[in-house]
Amino acid sequence: MRTPFRFAAALALTGALVGACSGAASPTPVPSPAPSVAPSAAPSIAATPAASPSEAAVLSPSPDPCAPANLKLVKAGAFTVGTDNPAYPPYFAPREGGNTSPWEGDFVGDPTTGQGFESAVAYAVADKLGFAKEKVAWIAVKFDNSYAPGPKAFDVYVAQVSYKPERAQTADLSDGYYFVNQAVVTLKSSPLAKATRISELAAYKFGAQAGTTSYDMIVNTIKPTKDPAVFDSNDAAITALKNKQIDGIVVDLPTAFFMTAVQLDNGVIVGQFPAPTGPDAEHFSMVLAKDSPLTGCVNQALAALKADGTLAQITKTWLSDKASAPAFKP
Amino acid sequence: MTFGGGPLGHPGDLIPLQGPRGSRLVRDRDALRSTAVALLSTVIVFAALGLLVVNAPGWAAVQRSFFNGAVFAKSLPAIVGAFWVNVQLFLLAEVLILVLGLVLAILRSLPGPVFFPVRLMAMIYTDIFRALPGVLVIYILGFGMPGLGIEAIPREPFFWAVVSLTLIYSAYVSEVYRAGIESIHPSQEAAARSLGLSRVQSLRYVIVPQAIRRVIPPLLNDFIGLQKDTVLVSYVGVVEIFRQSYIKQAANFNFTPYIATALVFLVVTIPLARLTDVLVQRDRRRAATSSR
Repeated sequence: MRTPFRFAAALALTGALVGACSGAASPTPVPSPAPSVAPSAAPSIAATPAASPSEAAVLSPSPDPCAPANLKLVKAGAFTVGTDNPAYPPYFAPREGGNTSPWEGDFVGDPTTGQGFESAVAYAVADKLGFAKEKVAWIAVKFDNSYAPGPKAFDVYVAQVSYKPERAQTADLSDGYYFVNQAVVTLKSSPLAKATRISELAAYKFGAQAGTTSYDMIVNTIKPTKDPAVFDSNDAAITALKNKQIDGIVVDLPTAFFMTAVQLDNGVIVGQFPAPTGPDAEHFSMVLAKDSPLTGCVNQALAALKADGTLAQITKTWLSDKASAPAFKP
Repeated sequence: MTFGGGPLGHPGDLIPLQGPRGSRLVRDRDALRSTAVALLSTVIVFAALGLLVVNAPGWAAVQRSFFNGAVFAKSLPAIVGAFWVNVQLFLLAEVLILVLGLVLAILRSLPGPVFFPVRLMAMIYTDIFRALPGVLVIYILGFGMPGLGIEAIPREPFFWAVVSLTLIYSAYVSEVYRAGIESIHPSQEAAARSLGLSRVQSLRYVIVPQAIRRVIPPLLNDFIGLQKDTVLVSYVGVVEIFRQSYIKQAANFNFTPYIATALVFLVVTIPLARLTDVLVQRDRRRAATSSR
């Protein structure tokens, strides 16, 4: 008696579960990309010169939706910026005399300094929106949490997040603030160090950080014969490179400069992949809640920073010249 | 044979069916009714839970992020493909675990003061590898051993993944074997010895065969645990099912690939769990009949 009873119950349970799941999944299959309220999706770095005149038109109606008092913020009166912890140079620079909590670490960055590329960009955007430096609050947010459903703990999230159309369906991605090139790092002693063409790379084993566009680069562009290794962090990838478990790491070029300068004793940038072009070129975007009213204001601020040369200046200050790394030939 | 056999036997489950309630007809009717009640209450409970979830304020966002049909279809092939790595891992490791676990259990069961150091070492081994979180063992071996830079030591993370899982799970499995060995009544060994079998022979031909039969269900249980823990090797760079689903997740900012991965594990482990139950039931029935 026990057996048929339990079996029937189990069957019913699974049936109910399956029913619930398919019921949940089927009625609304794909979220139709909602008619975007804010001009969020389309990257518009290319359209920079045109941005400033139109900006005046946006600003003219009397109650300015982007004035600090009118912005809907996570914490009233403050511009809350999230980033990953640890925050790495050159995007975030360490504080002289030691980082403040929770950004501890010897050679990792402290976002609250305003030093480092993304820290400077975040403060510049905040400044354009009318927030003085002390009105900017930083919080540590894991990458995955930046786009998990539910209320956000930040107003904007700034952590080298690359724009992808698929990603823009879940979260608002601001206009780009940096076109990013991917690069290959290896040890000077490795035969890989002599490679000059993309076609020469296929024979090597590469590693990258999980969930990055660097990994996409390995799969889609290098197309290696050996399965790529994927790690939780670039630090783990560096360990694997030192252990000779992989031949090379694919990372974004600024990180490649940091790796070879600080994290690897005998590291070398083998080359960078051809510079991306066009509006679809890979670029870093700030992450905001889906359909956030703030997105348009952040894009306005970014456009203003491009127009007045501030962004170019920040880029020049913190990121090495792309031309100082060799470029791969096809 | 003793009633309630095996370390997993729950004597309470063995209430005889022929109670005072008597006739077969009455029992059949009772069975039908309880099944109907179970079905109804299950449907009601799950409908209520389902309604609660679907009407939650964030459901639309959760549905978009976790139950996205397009992302599911797009990521499933790569995820199932990556599962092959896990399958290789747990099949290879399971064979090694069953052997090493048995060796450890036998070492720990060796009687006599001479074998004390052996018992001690086996005990320390099981203590250590049951105490350490699996991730740590995998990290330490996966990055540490190749880091020694000795040419003879393999560098492949897959190799170290198999080694780590074997070390961890053989500690658990040896305890399962040992429980089985200790559950065999001492009279069995006494009988074997009286027939002229040596200590080793009685272990080999009398004790261990009976012990293994008894512990098959808990061994299957550990096997299911092992299958799930193969995802831990993603930490040392192996692109297996969990890492692949993470990659898909981060590429789409969408957690549906995790649901796909969960389904793959359900499909594999639920039949195994049912099989374990069937084996337990069969054992119980056999123990019950042989005791009458």
